[in-house]
Amino acid sequence: MRYILAFIWRYRFFFLFLVLEVVSVVLIANKSYYQRSVITNATDGFTGGIFTAWSDFTSYFRLKQENERLANENARLWQRLTESQVTNDTLTLNVDDTLRGQQYTYAVARVISNSTTLRNNYIMLNKGKRHGITRDMAVFNPSGIVGTVVSVSDNFCWVMSMLNKHTKVSARIDRLNQMGTIVWNGGSPARGTLLDIPAHVKIKVGDTISTSGFSHIFPEKIMVGTVEKIYVESGEHFYTIDFRYSADLNALQYVYIVKNLLRKEQVDLSNSITDE
Amino acid sequence: MNNTYGKDLLRFFLLIALQVLLLDHVNLGGYINPNLYVFFILLLPFEVPGWLLLISSFLIGLGVDLFSNSTGLHAAASVFMAYLRPWVIRKAGAPADYEGNLKPGIADMGFRWFLSYAAILILAHHLILALLDSFRFAEAGMIFIRLIVSSSFTLLLVILSEYLFMRRRK
Repeated sequence: MRYILAFIWRYRFFFLFLVLEVVSVVLIANKSYYQRSVITNATDGFTGGIFTAWSDFTSYFRLKQENERLANENARLWQRLTESQVTNDTLTLNVDDTLRGQQYTYAVARVISNSTTLRNNYIMLNKGKRHGITRDMAVFNPSGIVGTVVSVSDNFCWVMSMLNKHTKVSARIDRLNQMGTIVWNGGSPARGTLLDIPAHVKIKVGDTISTSGFSHIFPEKIMVGTVEKIYVESGEHFYTIDFRYSADLNALQYVYIVKNLLRKEQVDLSNSITDE
Repeated sequence: MNNTYGKDLLRFFLLIALQVLLLDHVNLGGYINPNLYVFFILLLPFEVPGWLLLISSFLIGLGVDLFSNSTGLHAAASVFMAYLRPWVIRKAGAPADYEGNLKPGIADMGFRWFLSYAAILILAHHLILALLDSFRFAEAGMIFIRLIVSSSFTLLLVILSEYLFMRRRK
């Protein structure tokens, strides 16, 4: 025993190194992107507080762009109002139908931390459990898709950005209704990749891609991006399509969090099939 | 004792703040993510005890992790870098005695010494970071580009800050 202790003492530098590396690797392994420990719930309050104070300060420098974006979005929404449509009194009929249910509700949140240069990027928002945010809610901004909520503390949530290894979103080419999957292979934060579109379909550069609404997370028709490069890897029967994200993921300030009110029903139904 | 580590303690907090509030959010063309916080590990005095070197490196890595939702990643890379430090100092040529209160910086050790010392350690740090972050063989090329570009950029920032502080000291 004494010899063992003496041995450890003699190589204490190496053993301390080993212990610290093991602790780090355990921390990495325990934190899969789905589950985060109770401890991080507490630390998120601390880091979130610091990020909030910092972004309160820096957000002033981007007020002008943000105002423009909001004004543009307002203009677009004005166009959709019934007041903006040509109406013929005898033909229009407004029905206040309470059965016409709502599926999605939206909450505004501010980005208080964001990164785009890592392989796995996350975004922190200033909304959490207290505001009704839960995991698996979609996040987008007026220009396009942003990510999915993966963990929530009382006042904050972490969003898995589209620029992340684990991101997989169902999307389709608008013109053809062809469905595929969006992933990010690292590299430029302005571009993503669309997979699983069969190689016999005629796709053109410039085709727009938007969400399919099949994922139970994202509503339909949220803009994703435009096709830039189309090719087929040798031996594959599906296209690999490089596209440009419509949202500038490096300049996010305010985003919308989507709550799918029917999500539980949809998930239960799909589970009832896969269980068999 | 207090005087020797007072500056290091200050640097510890300043570098974490600089890293997580500014550097992690600056986009320099996509691939580049400089990790200037390793400057702290490079600048610890020659006579720092092994346990303090390892533990303070672990803590600064963990501090950065806390803010980037990457628990353990930077800690692992920093501890590895700290472990290699004494070996690299021996290889690069340690000062004969520490009595002169020499620091592992350009002012005391010269530019070439510091360049090789910093380059090896920063590369080791970024290598672990790249391997642990998400290693896939299909992405080996991309990982290699990230590794080289980010390490070079970190090295550049380290040397710039080294000169910035040196001028002030005189």
